[in-house]
Amino acid sequence: MEHTDTAEPSRRDFLYIATGAVGAVGAGALAWPFIHQMNPDASALALASIEVDVSAVEVGQSITVTWRGKPVFIRQRTEKEIAEATEVPIADLPDQFARNANLEDGADASDANRATTGKEAWLVMVGVCTHLGCVPLGEAGEYGGWFCPCHGSHYDTAGRIRKGPAPENMLVPPYKFSSDDVVVIG
Amino acid sequence: MAGHSTYEPQNAGAKWLERRLPVLSLVHGSFVAFPTPKNLNYWWTFGGIAFFVLVVQLITGIVLVMHYTPNDALAFASVEHIMRDVNYGWLMRYLHSNGASMFFFAVYIHIFRGMYYGSYKEPREIAWILGVLLFFLMVLTAFMGYVLPWGQMSLWGATVITNLFSAVPVVGEAITTWLWGGFAVGNPTLNRFFSLHYLLPFVILGVVMLHIWAFHVAGNNNPVGVDPKSDKDTVPFHPYYTLKDLFAIVVFMILFSWFVFYLPNYLGHADNYIPANPMVTPAHIVPEWFLLPFYAILRAITFDIGPIPSKLGGVIAMGGAIAILFVLPWLDTSKVRSANYRPVYRFFFWLFFFTTIMLGWLGSKPAEQPYIAWIQFFTVLYFAHFLIVLPVLGLIETPRKVPDSINDAVLGKSSDAA
Amino acid sequence: MKNLMFKSARALAVVAGLAVAGPALAAGEGPHVEKQPWSFAGPFGQFDKAQLQRGFQVYQEVCSACHGLSYVAFRNLAEEGGPGFSVDEVKALAAEYSIEDGPDSEGEMFERDGKPFDKFPSPFPNEQAARASNNGAYPPDLSLMAKARAALRGFPWFVLDVATQYQENGPDYLYGLLTGYHEAPEGVEVPEGQYYNPGFISGSTLAMAPPLSDELVEYSDGSPMTVDQYARDVSAFLMWTAEPHLESRKRIGFGVMAFLILFASLLYFTKRKIWRDVDH
Repeated sequence: MEHTDTAEPSRRDFLYIATGAVGAVGAGALAWPFIHQMNPDASALALASIEVDVSAVEVGQSITVTWRGKPVFIRQRTEKEIAEATEVPIADLPDQFARNANLEDGADASDANRATTGKEAWLVMVGVCTHLGCVPLGEAGEYGGWFCPCHGSHYDTAGRIRKGPAPENMLVPPYKFSSDDVVVIG
Repeated sequence: MAGHSTYEPQNAGAKWLERRLPVLSLVHGSFVAFPTPKNLNYWWTFGGIAFFVLVVQLITGIVLVMHYTPNDALAFASVEHIMRDVNYGWLMRYLHSNGASMFFFAVYIHIFRGMYYGSYKEPREIAWILGVLLFFLMVLTAFMGYVLPWGQMSLWGATVITNLFSAVPVVGEAITTWLWGGFAVGNPTLNRFFSLHYLLPFVILGVVMLHIWAFHVAGNNNPVGVDPKSDKDTVPFHPYYTLKDLFAIVVFMILFSWFVFYLPNYLGHADNYIPANPMVTPAHIVPEWFLLPFYAILRAITFDIGPIPSKLGGVIAMGGAIAILFVLPWLDTSKVRSANYRPVYRFFFWLFFFTTIMLGWLGSKPAEQPYIAWIQFFTVLYFAHFLIVLPVLGLIETPRKVPDSINDAVLGKSSDAA
Repeated sequence: MKNLMFKSARALAVVAGLAVAGPALAAGEGPHVEKQPWSFAGPFGQFDKAQLQRGFQVYQEVCSACHGLSYVAFRNLAEEGGPGFSVDEVKALAAEYSIEDGPDSEGEMFERDGKPFDKFPSPFPNEQAARASNNGAYPPDLSLMAKARAALRGFPWFVLDVATQYQENGPDYLYGLLTGYHEAPEGVEVPEGQYYNPGFISGSTLAMAPPLSDELVEYSDGSPMTVDQYARDVSAFLMWTAEPHLESRKRIGFGVMAFLILFASLLYFTKRKIWRDVDH
């Protein structure tokens, strides 16, 4: 047995390293199913798109629908509200990006960029305050838009943050009008 | 569990912790430096394997609860949701359902190993009793877990087993109503079984710790049945037995995976893919395979014994079949531990093993002749093993000469082989 | 160790011997089920997509009149490991169905076209309605039927099945049932509204009229339009509805097996190397 003593350490080390490495790979592969099971499941992903009939929403009215478990505000704005939102210089806004999933990432927060072409009166946005996730109240706050009662964030009539702790404008989800009366969200 | 530690904390952090909570030296003494007989064979790895499966059951169980709904209207559909929609949900559920079988398989081998090598004898009685308690808790947990998918076998298995309590004189009916939370197995029953099915595994985990503590006081038994006498008889637990146990666990995982990936429903019952229906009973009510021997004994008593009606007699016999294991250390009168040196006991051990296999097979058969007669025959053998064979055999059997030490036995065996 | 293993093997052989020697105790429990060849059997089994599509066609044109498929969503038909319909085909298919939804803003339930995420609507609103339309018999939901039926295998088959991975008991049974309708033999009383079929799991008559006949469903891929082929196709389809992840389960299983065998071999040599210095 002695003759193996000199050759042995490297061979033994190799065996130990190989065994340990294979075991580590196995443990890593095993962990994935246990992590992935908590991600949205197939039925949740399949429900990711909804259609909403907005024919009953008059000028100056809002409805709230549920999309991916969150409220989505759909509002047909008045001329006055649009005018107020358009007049604000972008430089005065705390968040100068559109936060509109239908546009490029860097688009500015002009009122037109918060709505969609041809349907400028309509505002469709996820009704979740960008501070800590509360649902803001409509037609409230210092700017006549939305007001979050949790920590006092004020949004204007285009859903942009104007005052308070929220860092961003409310998110505009991916949507399109499939006809004059029907919005497809998601 | 400690007492064998030569642990010296190496770095400042470990030293700091060691002065305040000596958990590192505890682990070191129990699972690193712990002196372990060097002659343990592969039958000894099944304790570690059982612990591994317990951990698998705990983790997959916690995962399944994230998606399961314990409500009689939703439970079945939520299981199908897991099987169809949840990412790797089918894997989690098949691991858990087959894991229950694997757990019992490993534990049964572990128990038979203890019986063959006399591991329950002085001074390891408490370790044995805790082990029987663990087995009993496993039976309860597995039974309640089988109810949760709310299929036909869930409902009717729960109905049949809870009705056993109605055999209790005077208060039987009050007990079953209390267990059900109603007048039949229903939503309240499902909810409380779910609660207990989640709780009991953690109780099991706690008792496992006591079980390990108990046998670490006396040290492991071994195939020779002679306690270690010197350092020559033992090796440190790590790396010798950590590696051996790990190897055995991985081999066991091959068997486990064989069922999970290729035969996931083989050990289950087809009727449990039919939603529970309180109006229709399946043609054959059969428990899972690991409960079949006890189910057979339940059905062995088909006659009244004096004032005891057959229904109560069956329940007593079934309860007795587990209860008798608790007093096994005092039923066996032989001082020799290992069956290797008890040729007559060895015969009876294998007869007992055969008896339990036959009871298991007969337990799956319908309650009609000739099965009933065979069940009665093997039930008598089952109890005779404990009540007649073990007490008498210790007095009349002449054991072979037991080696003086483990080292002698090992070297003797090596020279035989050479 | 070797000694013990030998003895356990001997004991097991005794067990097996005795059990075989026992009379054919398993006889007379449930129907005799013939094994059929299935593309999804065995460790590398996969579904035959064309067969699943044909089986779906049989379900849709024949079975769905009475039997639901309530755990299956339209989208499943386009998912991996299934019949392999395209997403657009599934959208068009779903739109053919009418789904009850609501309540709308007036509080009324309303009907709308199916969407891929909808489950297959059941043919009857509830069990009572189903029984009322079927002379008191209840046509069961078929989603899980291929896993919810199994004939007893008996000894020694149930032991050998572990080695041969026989898991197709359900589809074998379904095929046997669908092809099992015969004239009742002399002396067998068939009650009014019942049909003779020795392949049925409980009793030899059942309330379902023979559902299949030659040329009943028009196949477009040239497969034979026979009862035998229809029965095979729809049984395979129902195996998929019962176990939609069968393909990935077997595929992952092979990887797991290969890994475990490699890892076990490495551990074995590591363990031997460590134990080499100990007399044991």
